[in-house]
This record gives sequence, structure tokens and C-alpha cells, in this order.
Amino acid sequence: MSEAETLEAVAPRAKKPKQITMVQALNAAIDEAMAADEGVILLGEDVGAKQGGGVFKVSSGLTEKYGEHRIRATPISEQAIMGACVGAALTGMRPIAEIMLMNFVTVAMDQIVNHAAKLRFMSGGQTNVPMVIRTTTGVGVGFGGQHSDMLEAWFAHVPGLKIVTPSNAADARGLMRSAIECNDPVIFIENILCYGLKSDDPGTDYRVPLGQAAIAREGSDVSLITYGRTVLDALEVAETLAAESVSVEVIDLRTIAPFDEATVTASVRKTGRAVVLHEAVRAYGTGAEIASRLHESLFNELKAPVQRIGGAFSAVPMASVLEQAWIPKKEEIAAAIRTTMDWKR
Amino acid sequence: MSLDRDTLLDIYTRTMKVARFDEKMRSLLMSGKLATIYYTMRGQELVTSAMMAALNQDDYLVTTYRGQHDQIAKGVPLDLLIAEIAGRATGTCKGKGGSMHITHPATGVMVTTGVVGSGLPIANGLALSSQNRKDGKVTVTCFGDGATNIGAFHEAMNMAQLYKLPVIFLCQNNRYGEHTAFADHTRVDSIVTRAAAYGMKGVKVDGNDAVAMYAAAKEAVDRARAGEGPTLIEAMCYRMMGHFFGADFSYMPPEHIEEMKAEDPLPKLNALMLEHQFTQAELDAIVAKLEAEIEAAVEFAFSSPFPDADEIRKDVFEEEIAA
Ligand SMILES: Cc1ncc(C[n+]2csc(CCOP(=O)(O)OP(=O)(O)O)c2C)c(N)n1
Ligand SMILES: [Mg+2]
Repeated sequence: MSEAETLEAVAPRAKKPKQITMVQALNAAIDEAMAADEGVILLGEDVGAKQGGGVFKVSSGLTEKYGEHRIRATPISEQAIMGACVGAALTGMRPIAEIMLMNFVTVAMDQIVNHAAKLRFMSGGQTNVPMVIRTTTGVGVGFGGQHSDMLEAWFAHVPGLKIVTPSNAADARGLMRSAIECNDPVIFIENILCYGLKSDDPGTDYRVPLGQAAIAREGSDVSLITYGRTVLDALEVAETLAAESVSVEVIDLRTIAPFDEATVTASVRKTGRAVVLHEAVRAYGTGAEIASRLHESLFNELKAPVQRIGGAFSAVPMASVLEQAWIPKKEEIAAAIRTTMDWKR
Repeated sequence: MSLDRDTLLDIYTRTMKVARFDEKMRSLLMSGKLATIYYTMRGQELVTSAMMAALNQDDYLVTTYRGQHDQIAKGVPLDLLIAEIAGRATGTCKGKGGSMHITHPATGVMVTTGVVGSGLPIANGLALSSQNRKDGKVTVTCFGDGATNIGAFHEAMNMAQLYKLPVIFLCQNNRYGEHTAFADHTRVDSIVTRAAAYGMKGVKVDGNDAVAMYAAAKEAVDRARAGEGPTLIEAMCYRMMGHFFGADFSYMPPEHIEEMKAEDPLPKLNALMLEHQFTQAELDAIVAKLEAEIEAAVEFAFSSPFPDADEIRKDVFEEEIAA
């Protein structure tokens, strides 16, 4: 026997964990939740077996398992989808509304903002709306102005809504389970460009608690705070800057609202510098809120003003060159970090 | 069809409870003892009393800002209701909702919305829940004639019929949406004609005729419970006052005012009761009892404390917001 063969025989290599894509992770989390609770139902356009399990296949195989009463393929009626989910949630069911693309959420805003978000409060706690609004979006695939927006800041401004976005498949699985179990409405933003990303499968019944950011990479000089797809850019930039001896800590918020102030503040207190990065339009974005909070709480400890990076102030353009000009670039992120490093009081 | 005496008495009692409540509210507002927005249902009392008499206590209701008659007829306790309207901690919603957002799941009142038309899609969801759980409940959603021109109406009607949901769309056609008369906001003569566009059953009924209104309500409830799907009921009635309490309604033509006075459901119902061998003394005794109940409820409401300021941090989420 060769040396390798001997080793194999004596100590079989630890089995490599199975890998899953974000789409598979979401499908698995919804499947598990549906198996565990009859009240979990899914409403959306094209989500049924007859339609092939959804445009992005997230509900693939679920109709076969749970039937058309629980996987409801709907007409193109976002208000009706959202309202039906609100109503079902009021009775203790845990509906998931699939809104094909985030821009289409705008035609259902009344149900989200005036109803889902407020019914617990306006009823004095007699009712609540445990629903998940799943939606996808993303800049970089040439979908143009009405199919690419990140609108999380709109929702973060509304009391009563929680907003979640995963940057990797494992988190997607864990966050989706937690979102479905949450007793308040959760907006779950998926980035089209992340659907194919693979992680080690965290397995069944995996949960990532809502409201908890993750330190995606530890560092000591600057805190780079972001969420969703731009976590990938942040990690790349951190790697590049490590070569220049700048140690970047990358924070993946995972839950955008409520904001994990404890984790972020602790990181920035440690590094003394912060850059906030998101794909959404920079102006009036969540980055402004985060930067403001950091200035309020850590003004004396900050070594430089908090920098913000986000999308340009225009509709998302279609032409690839324009789209790439619109989106936050890695050089911009690196430049913002250097700005904080070079800041002189 | 005629009505049995028990049902008639039930409808009468609900109607007069609403009517005396409304009188009381208007007098409290007039005297300045109460200061809030209040949408009187004067002229629409019977429509809803007949509808609710055909429902069970645990059936669901979704209504609007002009919904106090719907809530009372459905059974919301008057003391909790008035306390809520008066913004007290003892109100149905701890004073956080007010007259436009009365919620009382114990009597099936799941949502009261101030946004025109938004109740219809939500009613579908309640009905969808009943369909999946096979709990036998029926959902009723009330709305006005004006609400049938908002997109939510179209989306909800189509989805309800598509899924054959156990839901009843009760349009209280009071012939005005704020200051705009029906003919100035809609080209068709009847809203009920729209039901056909969804393949839905539609019924137009005189909402001031107790017998006809109850028959229409009962049939729709029976159909929904039997799994035969939704019904659109267009109940014709009048809004006998301004859009909200104190609002001007000089834009109503004099002929319209004459017509609505002649169709006032309260004297008509009284006459019907007498026809059915109830004596005026019996009816007056019922009303006297209701008045006493309303007085006690008002007393309860006005002697109740206002909500604590801390309530702002509660019920935003399940977990309290940190101070
Ligand atoms: C979406 C929306 N638009 C406008 C309003 C303002 N508004 C409140 S009541 C009303 C009239 C509604 O008329 P109708 O549906 O006939 O009900 P009614 O008041 O006659 O009972 C309007 C326009 C609103 N509340 N919601
Ligand atoms: Mg009207």
C-alpha cells in the first residue's frame, strides 16, 4: 500500500461538507419551515409546480410536497398578494409573499407600510403580522432602471418592519428560518448576483438570529460596514489592503433593521475608523443613518469622519459601462478606507 | 321571503344600538366633551345590522373608518369601543388606534383601515386562512361605493373568485365618496355589474329593506360556508350627513336630501316591527335598555385613564423598543 492509501485506510478523511447555492439554501429553509408548520404558505407569481417553481426556482419542488393550497400561484396582483399575506398572518399563519423583483414592491406599498407594519401597534398588540416578504434585486445584470433597485432605506424608515439580506448561502438558510419564525413582518432581500454563490451547507434547522451582524473578517484599523452582495467586494478590498498593511474589519450586517448597534459600535470603538458601503443609492441611504449614529456615539473616539459609499444618484442604467460606473467600485472602497487612514485632525 | 320574529328582533336591536350610539357620539362631539374625527353612519345602520345578524361571532370582519356600525353590529363591547374613540388606555387598542383603527379579534373585528379599498385584499387573506384550515369561518369586508374605483378592489375581487374564497364583499353604496356623487365617479349604473367581470356572483339590494337585506346577506354567508365562493353585495343606502361629523354637505342637491329622508331606515324598520306584532312599548323598552348601556359605556370611557407615554415603545415589534 502506498502511504496515501495507508492513511486513507487508517483515518478516512473527514467528509467534505456538502455545498449548496443560495437558491438551494432558501428552498431548503422554506421546505423545512413548511414541514414544521402547516401555517407556512407561499404566495407569488409563477411559484407553483405548473409554472416551474418560480422564476428563480426558489420554490421548486414545494407544490409537489405541500399542495396548491399552500403554494399559491397568484395573478399579477402585488397588492392582492401582500394583502392576502397580511390577512392570513393576522390569523396566526406565517405566509411568505414572493415579489418577483424589488421594484414591484412599490405597487404594494400601502399594504406593507400602512398595514403589515402598523397593525400590531394600532391594535394595541391584539394582532400581529408574522409574514415574510421575499424579494430579489441587484445591479450588474443589465436589467435597467425598473428591475434593479435596492429600496431598503424606504422600509428601514417605517417602524414595525425588519429588513434582512444575506450575503452567502449559509446565512440565507439560517436567516430565512428565523424570518419565518419572527412574529413581525420581515422584508427579505435577495440579490440576484448572489443566487449562485455556494457555501458549506449548515444543515437542517439552522438559524441565524435576526438583529445580529457578523464579523466577516477581523481587522484592527478600519471597520467596513456593509450587507448583501457588497460584502464580497468588501472582503476583496480588505485582502488587497492587507498587502499595504491596512487591517480592515468587515462587518456583514445581515439584518439591516433593527440595526445591530452593539456589534458595530464595538468594532468602530476598536478601530476608530469606519466606512459604510451599500449598493443602494448613496443619498439618503442607510449609510447616512449608520454614519450619523456612529458620529453621535463615538465622536471623540473617531480618528476620521465616517465615509459613505453607495450607488450613483440616477436610475440604474442599462448599458454595461454605465452600470459599472453607477455601482460602487472596489477602487472607491479602497480610496475611502485610505481617506480614513490618512485623515489629519 | 319574510323574517322570523327572533331574527327581526335581533336586527332591530343591533340597528338601534348603532343608532343610539351614533346619536350619543354626535352629542358628545357637539358639546365638545369629545374631540376626535368621527365618521357617522347615519342612514347605513340597517345594512350592516342585517349583515351581521347573518354571521357568527367568530366570523371575521374587515371594515373602514366609517365602520362603527359594522363593529357594534358585529359585537364589539360598547365600553371598550367608546374608550378607544376617546383615546383611553382601556380602549380596544389601548388608545393607539382610535375610531379609524378599531380592532377586536374577540368579536372577529380583525382590521379597520383608514385607507380606501385596502381592506379587500386583507379580507382575502383571512378567508384564505379559513379555507386552508377548514375552520368554517366567513369573512365580510365593508367598503363604500368610492372604494370600488381603487385598484385594490380589482385585484382582490379577481383573486377571491380565482381561489373561491369564503369572503363577502359588502359595498355600502351611500351614493357619495366624500363630496363626489356616484354618477360623477363611475360610469356604470350599478357596482354590482362589475361582479360579472370576475365571474363572481353579485347581488344588488335595498339596504334599507330589512327583509331583502337579510336575505341577501344570508344567502352570501351560506354560499361562502358551503365552499361556493365569494359574493359581491351592493347595498343601496344613503349617507344622511356630511362625510365626517361636522363636515359641510351643502353640495347634496335638495332632491337627493328629500329622497334620503323618505328612505330613512329607522322609521321604516320601526314600522316593520309593528307589522310583525311587536308593540311600540316593547320596542321602546329595548331602546331604553340600550340607552342605559350606552350611558354606562360613556361613563366607563370618560372615567378611564389616558395611556401611558411608554406605550409608544410597545407593540412596534413583539419586543419593546429600548427607552
Ligand atoms: C387611498 C385613499 N384615498 C383617499 C382617501 C381620502 N378619503 C377618505 S374617505 C373617502 C371617500 C370614500 O368614499 P366611499 O368609498 O364611498 O366610502 P364612504 O366614505 O362613502 O363610506 C376618501 C376619498 C383615503 N382615505 N384613502
Ligand atoms: Mg360612499
